[in-house]
Amino acid sequence: MTDVVRTGFRPSRVAIYGVLLLAALVYLIPLFIMLVTSFKTPMDIRTGNLMALPTDWTTIGWTKAWSEACTGVECNGISGYFWNSFKMTVPAVLISTLLGAFNGYVLSKWKFKGSDLFFGMLLFGCFVPFQVVLLPMAATLGQLGLANTTTGLVLVHVIYGVAFTTLFFRNYYVAIPDALIKAARLDGAGFFTIFFRILLPMSTPIFMVSLIWQFTQIWNDFLFGVVFASGDGQPITVALNNLVNTSTGVKEYNVDMAAAMIAALPTLVVYIVAGKYFIRGLTAGSVKG
Amino acid sequence: MEHIQRHPARVARAPSRLLDGLQRWLPKLVVAPTFVLVGIGIYGYMLWTGVLSFTSSSFLPVYDFVGFDQYAKLMTNDRWLTASVNLGIFGGLFILSCLLIGVVLAIFLDQKIRQEGAIRTIYLYPMALSMIVTGTVWKWILNPSLGLEKLMHDWGWTSFSFDWLVSSDMAIYTIVMAAVWQASGFVMALFLAGLRGVDSSIIRAARVDGASLPLIYWKIILPSLRPVFFSAVMVLAHIAIKSFDLVMAMTAGGPGYSTDLPAVFMYAHTFTRGQMGLGSASAMLMLGAILALIVPYLYSELREKRHD
Repeated sequence: MTDVVRTGFRPSRVAIYGVLLLAALVYLIPLFIMLVTSFKTPMDIRTGNLMALPTDWTTIGWTKAWSEACTGVECNGISGYFWNSFKMTVPAVLISTLLGAFNGYVLSKWKFKGSDLFFGMLLFGCFVPFQVVLLPMAATLGQLGLANTTTGLVLVHVIYGVAFTTLFFRNYYVAIPDALIKAARLDGAGFFTIFFRILLPMSTPIFMVSLIWQFTQIWNDFLFGVVFASGDGQPITVALNNLVNTSTGVKEYNVDMAAAMIAALPTLVVYIVAGKYFIRGLTAGSVKG
Repeated sequence: MEHIQRHPARVARAPSRLLDGLQRWLPKLVVAPTFVLVGIGIYGYMLWTGVLSFTSSSFLPVYDFVGFDQYAKLMTNDRWLTASVNLGIFGGLFILSCLLIGVVLAIFLDQKIRQEGAIRTIYLYPMALSMIVTGTVWKWILNPSLGLEKLMHDWGWTSFSFDWLVSSDMAIYTIVMAAVWQASGFVMALFLAGLRGVDSSIIRAARVDGASLPLIYWKIILPSLRPVFFSAVMVLAHIAIKSFDLVMAMTAGGPGYSTDLPAVFMYAHTFTRGQMGLGSASAMLMLGAILALIVPYLYSELREKRHD
């Protein structure tokens, strides 16, 4: 469509750029407000306004959020919860991606009777509202002795993430010619040899999509965190919500905003560094809400 | 010794046959864990919740079947009705606004814009944030005394007042704002991808016929993006029905229960108010709503895929 659009005349070009830049500003303003507020003093917040720059920049909001802020009864900041999120996210992302890679390999290259049905069931699983599994899952985690543990949360995220990772890998591997696999089989290569020698070396892009997508989803999850974890074991999203919505004491908006920044930084960094994989996951797996 | 020498072939074949068998079972073995996890974790639990919704379970699950009692209770429950109406308002406005903004931005971005990549990155970053973070920020922006209101006062508009966040009539619209801010960039990305796939020769032909660019977009390009439109609505509706985090962070369902959504209702009744049966029934209705959307969609998707 490149040559179609060149004909636009000047005033309309200005209008187009105007609208696009205005929209960019609207998308950026909340981030700007979050950042400047996190560097203000409480006094500054009361006297200044949202868009004003801090009169004297201070990192007190950040240090307080990290190590002193109260999330409910405890006042040790959000650092512990931040590490909880890491301890939960890293294994959950790795396991769900690995399972997804093998599932996708089987469902595209080693189809068996019923494998299409299985894929359909997985696909449907992507859409199920999690409210419908919360209660039985809570009961099961309790029975298994995994309630309020990081292991429990990892298990939950693996179960509800594997449908998406399988979808990613299956759709990626479907596009790889079957002839390649057949030739390898004739040469005597087995199931794992074919995967590790042929498919794996060309899978870097889809691994990136899966890893980044799962990282974002699991890091940002709140529902599972709030239902299946309590106290010290909660992930950062739950801690942030507790911090912000606690009704005791004087509200310190600089601390709130610093905590929000801390909770947002890992996914923001991933997005800035590897945004194209994130977007590819978003559009490929656009089934995930 | 003698025995082996007499049947050397069979000795060599036995382990290879074992391997062959293993090879045949390997694919199934590999997907088996997922099959079990998903079978129990999604389908089994769905059934379990369904069963609970027909019982009088309160703080603990009990299995006394009471028929459709919980569903009947739900239908006369004020809070559930509010939550359902709210979902209608929230879902409708959220989907429409996201589509409108997404389409316009995508079309504008498709006009050979300088720095397109950077602008696109800016539109999409909210999608990488947690809804809790989004809620936290917007709650601060919409703070009735210190937020937008104070900003306007400082900028000279002293009569400006904006207290939607704490007004039971208006609070639901603040949730819409934050949700649209978060998800509209995603719709833009979907449509931009769709626009890039439009065959330019059709458009060139239309131009030769003297059609103006807006007319071409309206009459030719947008109609050809119907599948994109359809997926976008699906995903947005899905986000709307599941919305929970944003409400929890911004209003926690308040003031009163004026910003309750079904997902918040379900959480509150199941996990804090000890009405498991009612909570399960509400979860089943949410599932029903999603099924009504998803089944026709998946059906058409899978059929299209088969044609590839």
